[in-house]
Amino acid sequence: MLPGINTAKDGGIMHNQEELILLGHGSGGRLSHDLIKNIMVSAFANPLLAELHDGARFSIDGTKLAFTTDSYVVKPRFFPGGDIGKLAVCGTVNDLAMCGAKPLYLSAGFILEEGLPIAELKKIVESMRATAQVAGVTIVTGDTKVVERGAVDGIYINTAGIGAILPQADITASRVKPGQEVIVSGYLGDHAIAVMSERHGLTLPSEIISDCAPLNGLIQELLTEVPAISMLRDPTRGGLATTLNEIAADAGVGIVLEERSLPVRPEVSAVCELLGFEPLYLANEGKVVVFVEKEYSEKVLKIMHQYQVSAAARIIGTVSDKAAGQVALRTMVGGLRLLDMLSGEQLPRIC
Amino acid sequence: MCLAVPAKIIERSEFLGTVDISGVTREVSLMLLPDAVVGDYVLIHAGFAIQTIDEEEALRTLELFKELEQYETDS
Amino acid sequence: MRLTAEETARAADFLTQAIAKLAQRPVRLMEVCGTHTVSIFRNGIRQLLPPTVELVSGPGCPVCVTPNQYLDTAIAYSGREDTILATFGDMLKVPGSQSTLMAEKTQGADIRIVYSPLESLTMARDNPEKAVIFLAVGFETTAPTAAATILQAAQQGLDNFFVLSAHKLVPPALRTILAAPDIRVDGFLLPGHTAAISGFAPYQFVVSEYQVPAVITGFEALDILQAIYMLLAQIAAGKAELANQYRRVVKPAGNEAAWNILQQVYQPAAAIWRGFGEIADSGLALRPEYSAFDAKLRLPLAAVVTREPAGCRCGEVLCGRIRPKDCPHFGHSCTPEHPVGACMVSVEGACAAWYKYGQGRWNYA
Repeated sequence: MLPGINTAKDGGIMHNQEELILLGHGSGGRLSHDLIKNIMVSAFANPLLAELHDGARFSIDGTKLAFTTDSYVVKPRFFPGGDIGKLAVCGTVNDLAMCGAKPLYLSAGFILEEGLPIAELKKIVESMRATAQVAGVTIVTGDTKVVERGAVDGIYINTAGIGAILPQADITASRVKPGQEVIVSGYLGDHAIAVMSERHGLTLPSEIISDCAPLNGLIQELLTEVPAISMLRDPTRGGLATTLNEIAADAGVGIVLEERSLPVRPEVSAVCELLGFEPLYLANEGKVVVFVEKEYSEKVLKIMHQYQVSAAARIIGTVSDKAAGQVALRTMVGGLRLLDMLSGEQLPRIC
Repeated sequence: MCLAVPAKIIERSEFLGTVDISGVTREVSLMLLPDAVVGDYVLIHAGFAIQTIDEEEALRTLELFKELEQYETDS
Repeated sequence: MRLTAEETARAADFLTQAIAKLAQRPVRLMEVCGTHTVSIFRNGIRQLLPPTVELVSGPGCPVCVTPNQYLDTAIAYSGREDTILATFGDMLKVPGSQSTLMAEKTQGADIRIVYSPLESLTMARDNPEKAVIFLAVGFETTAPTAAATILQAAQQGLDNFFVLSAHKLVPPALRTILAAPDIRVDGFLLPGHTAAISGFAPYQFVVSEYQVPAVITGFEALDILQAIYMLLAQIAAGKAELANQYRRVVKPAGNEAAWNILQQVYQPAAAIWRGFGEIADSGLALRPEYSAFDAKLRLPLAAVVTREPAGCRCGEVLCGRIRPKDCPHFGHSCTPEHPVGACMVSVEGACAAWYKYGQGRWNYA
């Protein structure tokens, strides 16, 4: 190996004298997964955590509940289609919905940087209020801390949420079976592109805005009308490819996607081509991917098409009994390739 | 080594141009393509327009791919 | 101006059938350019080809062929006070002897990703008290953009902008491969964008001196399939011609304005290629008139100790001597998260592409 490189006790290779957190650890791909698995999950070890779904599900005195948390550090704080506050409410509301729960109560923790204009804080909080109202949830508790200039970037928000599991809901990896179809609720990559374009000197047409939205209304109707739905997840950090890889691994099935069916706006494709990114690995904040038996796909689509957030929903693939744990993409020219999990963060490239 | 994207020049001011790719606009340098004009389709690489795309040839290629059975008989 | 999904599928179908008919005996085609390597994988083209057609990667990954010494030098510069390093994202995770630019950045070095070399001029203007060093890596497609940037720097009278140049030319590497008695290539898919700059002339020797068919190829899936078809048709007919599949972009004379700017600022020089050693006149060095922008001349550095990673076989992969999965490190001790050599970490590296797209560890039956 490289000289000066130590071999760690488990036989892995340490590339730094002291292992440090990299930006890649936060991108939702393999590096993130390994970090969480090796450090947090192994320390906190318990069966509820081991499920590693969007939230934890448990019973208290016979009442089935879901509980989740998420932190928000997005830059810029205000972006086309949303802001950090809206994101903070939607993210937790959606995670609860993905557990098959009706979101009820949220907490909101704020870490504020000295020097943040109060007018900005007010805007963000108002955005949270409005989003919570649309989602039908109440923010019932919270916390506020202030740190010195430079210690955080403006404002960081953490939200945690509790919901009541819907009686018809049975979202679990073991119900994902070969023959089921994979449906996505709409265009991929809008959020990531809306957030990053400013940074890269690109001007986007006004149609490209973050898809950030609460999905609990849609999901409640879906689960009530189609209890056959075996799996739901929102393709956030790491994109659709990462989410599907997680599901394929959890469920021990293969997944095959059809490239020609994937919904990506031409503007998003253009930005990806320019910067060397791939839409399937970009974060979405208002999309859900649904797994269901083939005979119910039409019904799912019909319900989805009635909601603005899922007007562009379509079937994008199937669950297979081959190559378990892996996701394949059938390309426009008919070839088949592996759609791997994201390794670290996507970097812009010119080559 | 050569990620380059086709785009249309929609504005030009000396050696700077604005290009449009499916509705996304960006400023690029025209130093390597000084004779490019508004309306040209060009290839963008590392912030520069590096070559014009010949529309006629592009259409011809497209037609070719659509009519490949014919191509076989021709060759 | 695009094909529908059905038209694309039909065209691909037709081409793959035509290819299968022509490929009666084993042929070995080299895709020179790293961007072709990626496109071939992303489109699943290998799955469409008959087993008689082998596609092998070549040296056209500028990051992969850049030797450790360059990375070590860049890393050493990043450790200097009052220095900003500007680099394409491609370079960030490439391992040098001890570290990577990404690791240095994590530990506080001022290393910034640029999409265009022009952005580093803005950095130089905005930070007059710092030295801005642009890592100039890339082939004939990218080198003119660096050259144009240097011309602008000269026009603007910048005295804190420097370039650490590792630009290379593709044809000399091809010549080395063709001259090697143990490397067999029956046809070349030539890089469409370097040819867009240089024109046909630098590639003529492939057919005229070595009688190996060569096709200048575009980067869409159908471009590549058509080029493979064209090569097989030549091979079947016993021809060796330089053909242009990428007619909508590549003109016979290339881009003369860009080539002139390149010649104005750079001159050919010997260069070290990972896997090939030194090749004469294969690199680009700043002409004396522009030496004011040469980092190595103007910003002296203590000698950098360089070591190549033990057991790394990137060099053989780059010449097409072995496939990535023939390297004992591949997939075990060398993965994208823990790379041993540049071929595994560069986005266009053959090993990275093989790994990411499943070849050698996944086969969808």
